[in-house]
Amino acid sequence: MSASDPARAWPDAALTRVPYWLYQDEANYRTELRRIFEGPTWSFVCLEADLQHRGDFRTTFVGEMPVLVVRGEDGVIHAFENRCAHRGALISLDDQGTAKHFQCVYHAWTYDLQGNLTGIAFEKGSHGRGGMPPSFSKAAHGPRKLETAILHGLVFASLCPDAPSIEAYLGEEIVGRVARVLRRPIRVLGRFVQALPNNWKLYVENVKDTYHASLLHAFFGTFRITRLTQGGGILVSPDGGHHASYTIDRADDRSSTAYREQGIRSERQDYRLADPSLLDSVDEFGDGIQLQILTVFPGFVLQQIQNCLAVRQVLPKGLDAMELHWTYFGFADDTAEMRTRRLRQLNLVGPAGYVSMEDGCVGGFVSRGAAAAGDEVSVVNMGGDGTESAETRATEASVRGFWKAYRRYMGH
Amino acid sequence: MEPADPSRIAKLNADYARAIDDDRLEDWPTFFAESCLYTITSADNHRQGLPAGLMYADSKGMLHDRVAALRKANIYERQTYRHLVGLTAILDEKDSSTITETPFLVVRIMRDGRMDLFATGRYLDALVEEAGALKFRERLVVCDSSRIDTLLAIPL
Repeated sequence: MSASDPARAWPDAALTRVPYWLYQDEANYRTELRRIFEGPTWSFVCLEADLQHRGDFRTTFVGEMPVLVVRGEDGVIHAFENRCAHRGALISLDDQGTAKHFQCVYHAWTYDLQGNLTGIAFEKGSHGRGGMPPSFSKAAHGPRKLETAILHGLVFASLCPDAPSIEAYLGEEIVGRVARVLRRPIRVLGRFVQALPNNWKLYVENVKDTYHASLLHAFFGTFRITRLTQGGGILVSPDGGHHASYTIDRADDRSSTAYREQGIRSERQDYRLADPSLLDSVDEFGDGIQLQILTVFPGFVLQQIQNCLAVRQVLPKGLDAMELHWTYFGFADDTAEMRTRRLRQLNLVGPAGYVSMEDGCVGGFVSRGAAAAGDEVSVVNMGGDGTESAETRATEASVRGFWKAYRRYMGH
Repeated sequence: MEPADPSRIAKLNADYARAIDDDRLEDWPTFFAESCLYTITSADNHRQGLPAGLMYADSKGMLHDRVAALRKANIYERQTYRHLVGLTAILDEKDSSTITETPFLVVRIMRDGRMDLFATGRYLDALVEEAGALKFRERLVVCDSSRIDTLLAIPL
């Protein structure tokens, strides 16, 4: 594929029509890894709470690149490619741990906590024979290092030294929406991985798509956690790539009949919970916002659904597969009552979530539905053709925003 | 002690698996005590003492709600499970409960005929005698893997 191939070009300059070959073209996928994930973007890699002490590390990915994230002897968080400079084997085979240094299992080359090559087994050979040439410079060899940035306890990494600061990358409004949720030290409550049978972009679009939330997810609609007739809106960053959508409960919505009048499946009057303690929530941020979904381009989600908090990391795993890495969390100073409330509300999200279960399969439905439609286009026209912030969620502005940023990085 | 009778425990586990695999989900809550806890987690989370579950029900009402949501609200492709439940190890008797561990394996069969090994793990149970029957006061489902394919709709 190339942008110059007429069969593989965007239909026109507008963002309202998205060709399906973008999810199906292997060469385009390889270009995405290079220009987006390894380009001047920021990828979430872990929580600062995961690396409390010097030597604490986690392994993760930026795109498909394996990455080690470590709190160094200097107390600073470093990130480098999890690839030995010698023959390319993984340096660390653990998900997390604490280390004084790292040693590749293959030939025992050693690295410090910042990813500098510090030791080579039999560097001088044995009995005066073999070994590395005296001219070999350890300083000139090492895994690629990434820039790191911490934003309210979230650790981001970028392979591109020219990337803007994380604050400039996100813009003031989105930074404010991150700060709104992450005001206190985090405590991790659990982690799960959800393997999805679709291209990574289909999931990112789904998260940005405020239009579908109360239509696909009957649980949301019926219990008025979020409905398009409720108050709220959507913020889209100026470059289009990042967004935050939010819902505010409004008394006048309780009698709204818009869903029933349109015969929408997700409105089911007969559905009541036997144990409504699941929905017993408190306004812990003091602003009446019941739900906030925030994305950072290309693949990060910060979620507040009532008191149910999580971060999600979107990791591409080939053209037709991805993993969603969920980290559920609360705050270190949560009361026992608040912790129980969060554990109950976590039923809403994740692979078995009352409201997010469908998001696990709908990307696969698109992949299968559009399998033969590479030259056709999908329609992204709700709310017009712009990418501006709006006081409604009956819009696809943030999905168009994603494509605006995507096209800029890709050069489409 | 009567609740620790291995044949009664085996029958409870067999009946539980059959109810789910036969799509009699409405019967699923009846295997639990009035006061109960059901969660699904991973071996990693369990080892690290992380409390969150993929499903988390700390009342019988929540079990009924899970079934109601699957029947009335949630969208997922038609699928069934086949549980293979292994031999139960009886570990302890405490607080009038019998503590047991039972390994399981679940194959998921999708509507297009695809069959996959969907989950393996162990049930960590606390069993009690209630109204003349053996019930789960706690059933902690510890999956060996933290990775779930697509979605987890039907309980394990």
